[in-house]
Amino acid sequence: MLFSTEEILETIRMITTEHLDIRTVTLGINLQGCASDDVDVVSKRIHDKITSVAGRLVPEADSIESKYGIPIVNKRVAVTPIATLLDSIADDATHAGIKIAKSLDSAAKSVGIDFIGGYSALVHKGFTRGSTALLNSIPKALTETETVCSSVNVASTKSGINMDAVVKMGEIIKSASPKPINCAKLVTFANAPPDNPFMAGAFHGAGEPESVINVGISGPGVIRAVVEQAENVDLGTLAENIKRTAFKIARVGELVGREMASRLGVKFGIIDLSLAPTPTKGDSVANILEAMGLERCGAHGSTAALALLTDAVKKGGAMASSYVGGLSGAFIPVSEDVGMAEAVAEGAINLDKLEAMSSVCSVGLDMVVVPKDTPAETISAIIADECAIGVVNNKVTGVRIIPTGKEGDYVEFGGLLGGSPVLSVRRFSSAKFVRRGGRIPAPIQSLTG
Amino acid sequence: MKKERAVITVNGADHPGIVAAITKILADMGINIEDLSQTVVQDLFTMIVIVDLRGADMIELQDKLNKAGAKQGVQITVQHEDIFKYMHRV
Repeated sequence: MLFSTEEILETIRMITTEHLDIRTVTLGINLQGCASDDVDVVSKRIHDKITSVAGRLVPEADSIESKYGIPIVNKRVAVTPIATLLDSIADDATHAGIKIAKSLDSAAKSVGIDFIGGYSALVHKGFTRGSTALLNSIPKALTETETVCSSVNVASTKSGINMDAVVKMGEIIKSASPKPINCAKLVTFANAPPDNPFMAGAFHGAGEPESVINVGISGPGVIRAVVEQAENVDLGTLAENIKRTAFKIARVGELVGREMASRLGVKFGIIDLSLAPTPTKGDSVANILEAMGLERCGAHGSTAALALLTDAVKKGGAMASSYVGGLSGAFIPVSEDVGMAEAVAEGAINLDKLEAMSSVCSVGLDMVVVPKDTPAETISAIIADECAIGVVNNKVTGVRIIPTGKEGDYVEFGGLLGGSPVLSVRRFSSAKFVRRGGRIPAPIQSLTG
Repeated sequence: MKKERAVITVNGADHPGIVAAITKILADMGINIEDLSQTVVQDLFTMIVIVDLRGADMIELQDKLNKAGAKQGVQITVQHEDIFKYMHRV
């Protein structure tokens, strides 16, 4: 036979019982050609461009899903950071931003997708007129739309940390938080990748082609099954087993990405090798660490276990695909990972441990719920810490933080966003430090070449 | 015409008529069977059929097999061979 029975049944088992899927097929679209000084013209051009380029995204993804029998969970669109379009608006650019956000929302709904990313600005070195306007408009733009996702890059290894932007993001998050779901659609980044297919941080960055397909794979359930089977092996052997399975998972992403790009007549960009958990039981990164032998995720040793996991997934995946990019790590979102939320509820993991773990995987502090009365400066300081980890270690870090409820409450977001207990934050003030503003200089390791 | 293979996997409780029901659909659609393997372990029937679609519509085949699967009380999946090639062959 062309394939052995074991090979065929292994693939089917991965899909049916271990929740293997393609987490997202994200179509990046360049909107720079939509610029005008008139916001109504920009809005119409944006709507027309998205609906024409992405019109076949959902039906083609559905057709590939049934051809290969592999679920494609999310189909999404990422666009040029909208701040660049606001630069050329003649009138009130903040007001224009909200109009454009509504146009993105309407285009997303008409092509049948649940999220569109790119209501974004890159301000790691400073602000332009457009990026200032965009930041000011974020709370209202998120409140008045359903599908629009926003991200702001406030730091990079090459430029350091723009603390004025970090302060601003604390305030924006606070003012967006009366509707908590707004904060789930807003990421603050250091070293944001231009080709990340995952929401809420996806945007079509500088240097990208006109249109491009980027694919986010999944598979925490598959990796957990492999780790559970390898109960009595040493950690070197365990890493090897994870690598082999990550290879197979990434190959499916490569297959789907290439076919999707060719069907839409656009470039194939990258496979993002991130393990992305869902609130489904068993589809959890926390449960993988526990299967490695930790009583609960967050126990001492969790950072080491996560480092092993992230590295093995990257090594296996890098062999499987010609183009790897995006975030490529392991996601540890608290609310979206039922094992992580349980670990918080049991007191096994707190904000400090999550911060430590974010130094060895991408994404950073993701879907973390903190008390509603957390001061804006404390949120800014949490962002600054996370940026420092990203900037110094030359890696992506992000913060998606939701100030709502009070410590001990359980907050439910529903769907793939899941739910989480409210974590505690330190009660000592960081206000004076963050309010100094300015730019923390780039670290010495930025001076390469 | 270039070969276009699909892998059909059938799983369920063993009883008479499963193979007949599936092969009849394939014959009616003019789809050639290239390889077939079947096992029964503890009354659980597993069959893997590799077919050459040669222009036959995969969606139509999936539809017909799903209906037959529901009637026979077995799970049937039809997948293009490339997913197995990509995962298991370098």
